[in-house]
Amino acid sequence: MKVRAFEHGLLLALAVVLLAMAGVASADDKAGWKSGTSLAATQEQSCVRDAAFMRRNHMEVIKHARIDTVRKGVRGVDGSLSECIACHVNKDDKGAPIPVNQEGQFCAGCHQQVGVALDCYQCHATVPTH
Amino acid sequence: MKNTQDTNQKRRQFLQKGAAVTAIAVAPGVMLHTAAKAKPVGEAVTDAVRWGMLVDAAKCADGCDACVQACNEENGLNLLQKPHDAEDEMWDQQIPKWIRNVKVKDNLTGHVTSLPMMCQHCEHPPCVDVCPTTASFRRADGIVMVDRHLCIGCRYCMMACPYKARSFVHEVVEHKLTRTPRGKGCVESCNFCVHRLDNGQTTTACQDACAKDGHNAITFGDLNNPDSEVSKALKEQSSTQIRADLKLNTGVRYRGV
Repeated sequence: MKVRAFEHGLLLALAVVLLAMAGVASADDKAGWKSGTSLAATQEQSCVRDAAFMRRNHMEVIKHARIDTVRKGVRGVDGSLSECIACHVNKDDKGAPIPVNQEGQFCAGCHQQVGVALDCYQCHATVPTH
Repeated sequence: MKNTQDTNQKRRQFLQKGAAVTAIAVAPGVMLHTAAKAKPVGEAVTDAVRWGMLVDAAKCADGCDACVQACNEENGLNLLQKPHDAEDEMWDQQIPKWIRNVKVKDNLTGHVTSLPMMCQHCEHPPCVDVCPTTASFRRADGIVMVDRHLCIGCRYCMMACPYKARSFVHEVVEHKLTRTPRGKGCVESCNFCVHRLDNGQTTTACQDACAKDGHNAITFGDLNNPDSEVSKALKEQSSTQIRADLKLNTGVRYRGV
């Protein structure tokens, strides 16, 4: 029993340490947050879902749309990647679109921050084209 | 979980609709004719339509590559760049081609025929049979295409295709079009300009280019609709399927071959 109690104590201590570290990390993140943004996002224009939902679930929305589009030929669906890019692409001083996967831009900004690979643009165009 | 429920619900609705359509079709004296009109943008394709093409090789001018050029521009193939270390001959063999300009010579008479060879959009496509990931698939409306999200680049389909219609993208693609995504490591082929059809257009880029040059060798349309231009043309004069012995029931037919 004593051993069990000791283990519990150890686990508790470990949990406290981890929580403290997480707190520090999140504070750092906020200070150094370099998330990419876009005009559409800052103006809080109506996206296909609300922003909080999209931040966590955009990949599911896009994946659902991609199956409908590629395999069933449904176009103009909510979550169409080309619509995402059309809205969230930023323009440079001359009005030319900046690729969304460029450092600090709408897609790349967050993905770099959280260390998640961004595979869409191996095939998909990063600026609106035809 | 919600997604699964949604899917089930949609599936149920689809089946119900399907049952209704079947009921109409089997009603005595009722013929189900679909007008040659585009499907609404937001709806899934159905097998009420089967897209197909008739190529009249007799009208196909020797040396003309208008259809190939138009296809390359429409589908972003002209944006592919030769790798620095690639030799011309190697690049010519490897660059993706959706339409190949093929010359056929009758050795007995010496008569030469030029024709465009592309994906034949078979009813029973060998490329779909061999695909290990279901990336190669046939849409309800008869278009055979590659789902690049699932393609692992094994190239079995390239081996299986009797028409040499498929290409492999060997290099990283820098310049892409929104309408035709393309990336290293996937197989691709003609998809009857699927982005056009899905968005309400009823012509392909090759057909338009051929008509613009005054040859009118390509007719495209709905094979299921007896009133469509392509169906009428097929009914009026004889045509052939390339490698008809394979019984693939190709969606692309030829005349003058």
